[in-house]
Amino acid sequence: MAKPEIDARFKKFGTVSFTATTKVNDFIDYLEKGQVAGTKCAKCGQVFFPPRADCFRCPGEAVEWFVVEGTGKLATFSELMYAPIGFGEDLPYAIAVLDYGDFKVFGRIGQVPFEDLTIGMDMVARANELPGGNLNYVFEKA
Amino acid sequence: MPKVAVIGVGQSAFVRGYPGSIRELAFDAYAEAMADAKAQNSDIGATVICSSPEYDKQRSPAGVIAEYCGLNPQPTFYVETLCSSSSTGLKLAYSLVASGLHESVMVLGFQKMSEISSAESQERMGRGADIQWESPFGTMMPAYYAMHAKAYLNQFGASEEDLALIRVKAATYGQINEKAVYRKPVELQQCLDADPVSKPLKVMDCCANADGSSCVIVASEKRAKEMGIKKPVWILGIGAASMPINMSCREKFHGLAVAEEAARQAYKMAGLGPKDINVAEVHDCFTIAEMMAYENLGFADPGQGPALIRAKETYKEGSIPVNVDGGLLSKGHPIGATGGSQVRTVVLQLRDEAGAMQVKDPQFGLVHNIGGVGLYGNVTIFGR
Ligand SMILES: [Zn+2]
Repeated sequence: MAKPEIDARFKKFGTVSFTATTKVNDFIDYLEKGQVAGTKCAKCGQVFFPPRADCFRCPGEAVEWFVVEGTGKLATFSELMYAPIGFGEDLPYAIAVLDYGDFKVFGRIGQVPFEDLTIGMDMVARANELPGGNLNYVFEKA
Repeated sequence: MPKVAVIGVGQSAFVRGYPGSIRELAFDAYAEAMADAKAQNSDIGATVICSSPEYDKQRSPAGVIAEYCGLNPQPTFYVETLCSSSSTGLKLAYSLVASGLHESVMVLGFQKMSEISSAESQERMGRGADIQWESPFGTMMPAYYAMHAKAYLNQFGASEEDLALIRVKAATYGQINEKAVYRKPVELQQCLDADPVSKPLKVMDCCANADGSSCVIVASEKRAKEMGIKKPVWILGIGAASMPINMSCREKFHGLAVAEEAARQAYKMAGLGPKDINVAEVHDCFTIAEMMAYENLGFADPGQGPALIRAKETYKEGSIPVNVDGGLLSKGHPIGATGGSQVRTVVLQLRDEAGAMQVKDPQFGLVHNIGGVGLYGNVTIFGR
């Protein structure tokens, strides 16, 4: 009997991925299409970012994908001058949270010079291909 | 609820590069707490062993440590909530005694961080956050707390100097704590000129990794009496909370909701408020963490933390002395041992046995111990 094929698409997420298999592996397909996506409970409408396969209010109900669109406000950020093992070549980089109102998105700052970053500024989340072929998403000026 | 007392406390020196194995490190705190309580192993009903995994190679360390301390055949088990592991252990020990299941329980926390490099350590701690959605971006504890610092400074118009003043205070007391890893004085300018780690936090805003162990023995009122404990310190309030691990699921970044919730529970249970507290140990893994703690515990109104430190109200002679043992910033932060070390300091204070660090005649003390970045919150209130 053939071994079941393991869907390990999530290995492609980020500079170093620590998770290979997840029920929301389609997130990677959205990134490949240039989109950042979250999920929404089909029953109660609760919006989830990061995306989840299950609504904790409505166990057993389906969730559906939505694409993150429009601008979010920079809630906070920090510029790293030192990195954990495996991320040294990315330095310096900044991590940040964008607030979209209904949900927030945690990620990295893209091509924006650090001195241009201010809390409250409008930014957009953009799918991004990393050297080596992995994918993540970054925040750019709106 | 039956009364539960702390009857013995112990702590190893917090050091860089402990010259022994984890069982030997844990034994140092065990031996001191047993001597403090004048207890024998037959007085201990169960042990709760606390650390954060993946610093050393031992799986299920409870078994190894219980054996080494001669605490078989009593039950032993392992508890983990990252940096607040031993406060969680204390909550469990309290419950075991209050329920009547055991008359006395030992909480033994340890961490030997020097077995791995600093960059590896950052990666381990980073994985104490959301490994699926955050770690792939290259996260680490200083960066998460730096995001809180950036939000705090922006929200309240506070300055990096306000944060640096907290480090200066920590170093004032680290010098007089013979168990601290960092015993040098620190000048304000030295903090401001230090290299950035993750902006706005600089090297001097961050606590030092250390190897260390701590031990807290709790007992029922009956057992404490039987053992002739002269100065029992009572656990009056014990609060614990959790918040979403992913930063994107947090309401705010200029404070820790998990600490506010744990404090609310602890104050309510103790029937006390922030003004009643005479001495506190707060989780200052970074200077910003202590600043937020002032406000989350109600020692200052939101945005008034900088005024509190500037007026030196959190110094030993101030209205609410905080971390007069040097805190994590100077004492060092051996993850699993930290909470127990904070408890030890407050217990010594309430017994008037804190030596050069002694605050004048405290009645009530508080410990604030946070696991991860505002992930697990623990606030415990003690009285003499
Ligand atoms: Zn739902």
